[in-house]
Amino acid sequence: MAQKLDYLKETPSQTAGPYVHIGCTSNFIGVQGVYDRDLGSEMKTGPVKGQEITITGRVIDGTGTALRDVLVEIWQADAGGLHNSPQETRGKADANFTGWGRCPGHPETGEFRFDTVKPGRVPFGDGRMQAPHVTFWIVARGINIGLHTRMYFADEDAANADDPILSRIEHRNRVATLLASRDGDAAYRFDIVLQGEDETVFFDM
Amino acid sequence: MKAPKPTRPGGYVPRDRTWQPAALTPAYKTSVKRSPQSALLSFPTTPSEETGPVFGHHMLGALDNDLLHNYAAAGESAIGPRIIVRGRVLDEFARPVPGALIEVWQANAGGRYRHKKESYLAALDPNFGGCGRVIAGDAGGYEFRTVQPGPYPWPNGMNDWRPAHIHFSVFGAGFAQRLITQMYFEGDPLIWRCPIVGALPCREAVETLIAPLDMNGTVPFDALCYRFDIVLRGRRQTMFENRREGL
Ligand SMILES: [Fe+2]
Repeated sequence: MAQKLDYLKETPSQTAGPYVHIGCTSNFIGVQGVYDRDLGSEMKTGPVKGQEITITGRVIDGTGTALRDVLVEIWQADAGGLHNSPQETRGKADANFTGWGRCPGHPETGEFRFDTVKPGRVPFGDGRMQAPHVTFWIVARGINIGLHTRMYFADEDAANADDPILSRIEHRNRVATLLASRDGDAAYRFDIVLQGEDETVFFDM
Repeated sequence: MKAPKPTRPGGYVPRDRTWQPAALTPAYKTSVKRSPQSALLSFPTTPSEETGPVFGHHMLGALDNDLLHNYAAAGESAIGPRIIVRGRVLDEFARPVPGALIEVWQANAGGRYRHKKESYLAALDPNFGGCGRVIAGDAGGYEFRTVQPGPYPWPNGMNDWRPAHIHFSVFGAGFAQRLITQMYFEGDPLIWRCPIVGALPCREAVETLIAPLDMNGTVPFDALCYRFDIVLRGRRQTMFENRREGL
């Protein structure tokens, strides 16, 4: 017998279920008066630096149906590539931009929407720069463990071509599943497909 | 001779996917069409995953961690067995995670949720909303007060019941630690019959979600205590930087 490693095991995930709104977006679901506002509903707390954009999309299941009970969270850098987080070691992020958003799918259409800024570039571990991206985390009934992925920008060809993570994707035809298309001046569209032909690339994160 | 380098945070250790539930668990029917089928893309964490949003104690209201009263009319209180849930948020290296935000939601003592899509015939409690939140202290400790939720039936098989449970959403220091899970209660016979619990790969994993009754935390003549510790992914501390010399 070797010595025992005394690490703890990560708490296992369980589905967020159909009533995730009660805990995470209680005002949205009509449980009023407990919290003054739903966390993550505003990503800007004042004038922000950089280009303001919107991201809209849906999360689509293996039958092509949009999830209406989904909860989507995003986390991203500010326009200068810095995160508004105590863990950020490279500088001070825009104080008026939280970097974190949370949006429930629309009860009829399943659509989510974030009013945010276009993120700057963030380094990879080896010092290379990553292409601008937004982290997505998706939970819902039927999803046993939150799905982690990223949105990149289809109009950032050069940066995307050099991105250390996009370049790890073996099946090159799947890279497009991570690209948001431009849908107007400062609007981007990003649909996430859980299963099937156009299945989004999800991350082991 | 050069001074020894100080340790600095490295990346998060990878998630043990053999310990976590698979995406596809057919006995939980909704997972069938909501489960990705392709392999996940693995890569070392970057600042995008090593940072995370910050939630300060200032954002909390006085009753946020008291579900007995945070939705109740003045002078009233939710109906059901009064309990305190307390524990610590640690990482895989057993280090506390101070500042972790925990959001909880649950059914009332009769097993009924306050939600538009809920149709179970059990009664709503006018004094119970079903949500609360708390931020872990310096040693990772947290606690909240609530009623013990009831079990409830759900449409999956013809006679599936959820064991009594409280849903937990947890933010650690880095977005890589983001987690949603459920806490169950010691001794509940429905735990081992539940297809959602059954999504976990082994008995040991299920047992880490079962809160024991903690008589030492119980307040006599007031509330029973259940203990629930939460473990988030750990981050390496290293003297060695993950890049080649000279870069
Ligand atoms: Fe539940």
